[in-house]
Amino acid sequence: MINRRGLLMGVFALPLTRANAVERETRPFDRILTAARGQSVYWNAWGGDERTNTFIAWVGQEVSRQFGVTINHVRLRDTAEAVTRVVAEKQAGRIAGGSVDLIWINGPNFLAMKNQGLLYGPFVETLPNWRFVDVVGKPSNVIDFTIPVEGLAAPWRLAQVVFIYDSARTPLASLPKSASGMLTWARANPGRLAHPNVRDFLGATFLKQALVELTPDRNALAQPAHDMNFDPLTAPLWSWYRNLRPHLWRNGKDFPETGPAALQLLNDGEIDLSLSFNPAEAVVSSAAGRLPASARVYVMDAGTIGNTSFVAIPANAANREGAMVVANFLMGPVAQARAQDPKNLGSFSVLDVDRLPMPDRKRFDDLSADPALPTNQQLGKPLPEPHPSWMTRITASWEQLIVE
Amino acid sequence: MMLKLAPIIVVAMIMGPILAGLGGTLLPAFGYLPAIGRNELSFDAWRELWSTPGIGRSVWLSLSTGLLATILSLLCAMGCVATLSHMPGFRRIERALAPLLATPHAALAIGFAFLVAPSGWIARAISPELTGWTRPPALVTLRDPEGISLVLGLMLKETPFLMIMMVSALNQIRYREHMAVALSLGYNRPKAWLVAVFPPLYRQIRLPIYAVLSFSLSVVDVALVLGPGAPAPLAVLVARWFSDYDLALYPRAAAAALLQFVLTIGMIALWRLAEIVTEKMALTWATSGNRPSIAGITLSAACGASLVLAAGSFFSIVGLGLWSVAGDWRFPDAWPDFVTWDVWSRQGSDVLGHAVTTLTVGLAATGLSIAASLAVLESESRFGRRSSSWLSTLLYTPLIVPQIAFVFGLQVLLVWLGIDGLLLTVTYVHALFVLPYLHLAVSDAYHSLDPRFARAARSLGAGPWRVFWRIKVPLLLRPILIASAVGFGVSVAQYLPTLFAGSGRIATLTTEAVTLASGSDRRVLGVYGALQTALPILAYLAALIVPAILFRHRRGLA
Repeated sequence: MINRRGLLMGVFALPLTRANAVERETRPFDRILTAARGQSVYWNAWGGDERTNTFIAWVGQEVSRQFGVTINHVRLRDTAEAVTRVVAEKQAGRIAGGSVDLIWINGPNFLAMKNQGLLYGPFVETLPNWRFVDVVGKPSNVIDFTIPVEGLAAPWRLAQVVFIYDSARTPLASLPKSASGMLTWARANPGRLAHPNVRDFLGATFLKQALVELTPDRNALAQPAHDMNFDPLTAPLWSWYRNLRPHLWRNGKDFPETGPAALQLLNDGEIDLSLSFNPAEAVVSSAAGRLPASARVYVMDAGTIGNTSFVAIPANAANREGAMVVANFLMGPVAQARAQDPKNLGSFSVLDVDRLPMPDRKRFDDLSADPALPTNQQLGKPLPEPHPSWMTRITASWEQLIVE
Repeated sequence: MMLKLAPIIVVAMIMGPILAGLGGTLLPAFGYLPAIGRNELSFDAWRELWSTPGIGRSVWLSLSTGLLATILSLLCAMGCVATLSHMPGFRRIERALAPLLATPHAALAIGFAFLVAPSGWIARAISPELTGWTRPPALVTLRDPEGISLVLGLMLKETPFLMIMMVSALNQIRYREHMAVALSLGYNRPKAWLVAVFPPLYRQIRLPIYAVLSFSLSVVDVALVLGPGAPAPLAVLVARWFSDYDLALYPRAAAAALLQFVLTIGMIALWRLAEIVTEKMALTWATSGNRPSIAGITLSAACGASLVLAAGSFFSIVGLGLWSVAGDWRFPDAWPDFVTWDVWSRQGSDVLGHAVTTLTVGLAATGLSIAASLAVLESESRFGRRSSSWLSTLLYTPLIVPQIAFVFGLQVLLVWLGIDGLLLTVTYVHALFVLPYLHLAVSDAYHSLDPRFARAARSLGAGPWRVFWRIKVPLLLRPILIASAVGFGVSVAQYLPTLFAGSGRIATLTTEAVTLASGSDRRVLGVYGALQTALPILAYLAALIVPAILFRHRRGLA
């Protein structure tokens, strides 16, 4: 083995430690601020959504102006790319000075990093804006896909599944409100429904949404999936999907790669129904000219899945102070109100707005109500995400299913 | 002394990273990856690879699309050159093709997708008047399971590349004389071309053809935009597995990358075999006299097809530009409702940053490559080595070895050295791919330079360096600049090498465009695609204008 190891020049020679390296952040925030000044934060974030990219650019301007921290947005096709990079660096023995400072993350990616001890922290509780975060009414801010966050990631936007359509072409009354209704609807309207590729998080969410409705035991989804429980609990999902698939866009032989790609199909009139993780999707996209003004959203009768987007800091990040300043800024009322404004992202705030001091609360009151924006009542309380292992296994099973 | 060693140094600098990268792929493929507790020789990775659902289909897709794209591109290029080469002004076609050659694959692919999608420009232009479509038809014109749109997308770029290679090779084979002899023997024009011109021409462009074959078999960025997704071609799978966070996928990814390598080399070997067989069989055909044949019809049809392709490329590029300034543009409107600079101004600072990175890396990689290329040529000419020696043939290795087979192994090495994600590293890796294309063009011009100029200068007492700077460089400036523009275009187009060597930190217009292509706003994509196209074309224009200004008092050089 010596020779081969020598040939490899030790590249792979460092074994991956799986232990959790807990490194609690204890410095007062003003010391973090001082250390952060002048740092350049490489924020790895999925780059497939233009409005989010614009929002991140705005965050960059603000933190640069206020705190002297520069943001470089590394646009990812898939968040897993950033996780890979951290893993590869750890393999190569780079335990400090890593190339990823901040990751937009949740679900299986968060679980993988947390389990492998690749995250820095806990750091979130030391950030001043943490005290306004709603940890009671919005439980997904502290429990991500059933995994306790434990201060390793800072929440910055809420997401909830909505179905999206063009009210000028298809009246709401004609659209399906349940998984079984969707099958009937798709049979009557072949090729007019598309979900994103299941490798994309939104595509996987489409199946999870149906799973939550169809599974015989919804509570079991909070436990990890394993060989024993996966088949019995997902059997109804797959029989439903096998029936549905031939009636999807392009007979279910091809899928739009991402959510925005599916919306493009809706805008082009190739389909009548798709889904989004943003309840304000209709407002935001029609304002940007990416959907007609008559676009609307709705949710299933039994409710829809919701979750929180986080930012986390890899344990080997080169600019962790800068990253914490950005995370704190994202949780602050200014950034949260801007994100909630349908002119920008339209994503609902992670904060408990009622607890904010008056001038900050006003920022949220001023946001215009729009007929295309669903009310909280219409949205209902979001359903919890299943354990991340369900998503991983569902994706794998789906890949198997479509090449059969 | 340094100059004497130049070919060896340059070849070592090229082969080093490639061999290291291949090694970094080879070992995990056979079970050596201590990071996940594997350090015994094993074939587990291969078993995992074979048990991947749809893997057979993926391999088949790679082979069929790659081979078809190469054969059809070659046929179209042949058709065009055979049909048009006797026409006056044909030589100028080189100028017309070069900008197309410089346009990055990804930009063309994105523009092509805008053109042929069911809701694309073509469908919009003829709807609803001709078709009655008020909403996009349920036709699969893009990302079709057989990969036809991928083949067409590859042809858009490979046909002009092969044509330009043929046109410059024509100069070296005295094709007019060959043609005249064949015609005087009574062959009709198409057959005369095939019998007398094509065989020597083919020998000149064998390497570019292998490069096209290798590229088409293993392309990732174009396949991401135009290829089928379920299942995807092999190279796309490899790229996907390498970027997965699940370490356990690495051995499988490495095995697949190695398979890609073996398939590519195997197909090139097979192609070589087919050459020999064709040569034997064609001999009978060539001496069988002048019967009415389908050769002429095939060549004219291929020529017609390449004109359609050219139109396709043109409208793909125009479409990119139009989308970047489009206001509302809904199906089935043939034109946008209004035109706006909105997206440009919104994207402005972002795009500018990526454009600057692209420009910096491109110029630096091109500069490095020119220096290396000229050093090799000058060394060969002064120290009397033949340019066809095996050493300089190795310069072309990066064109033959599929990128996906070694970029990942290379990344691990770069991370380990702590030099990943640097502009300098990305520049170096780009130069690996810029140099061969540039050398291909420069060495042609260099070798066709009349040696009597240099001899005359030497006899007047000039030293070799003076001859180089005062005689050769000015005489060669034009071809050098044009080769540089092509080389710059190659750098702009790099996707995988930028992604891996840049550790994701170095974002160019191409990496951004491919990232956005999976689902972003067409108008934003239009901005990136238009700029991606504009930069190489500007470089090309500069290559034409600079000598004209510099040599405005020397008509023959300008």
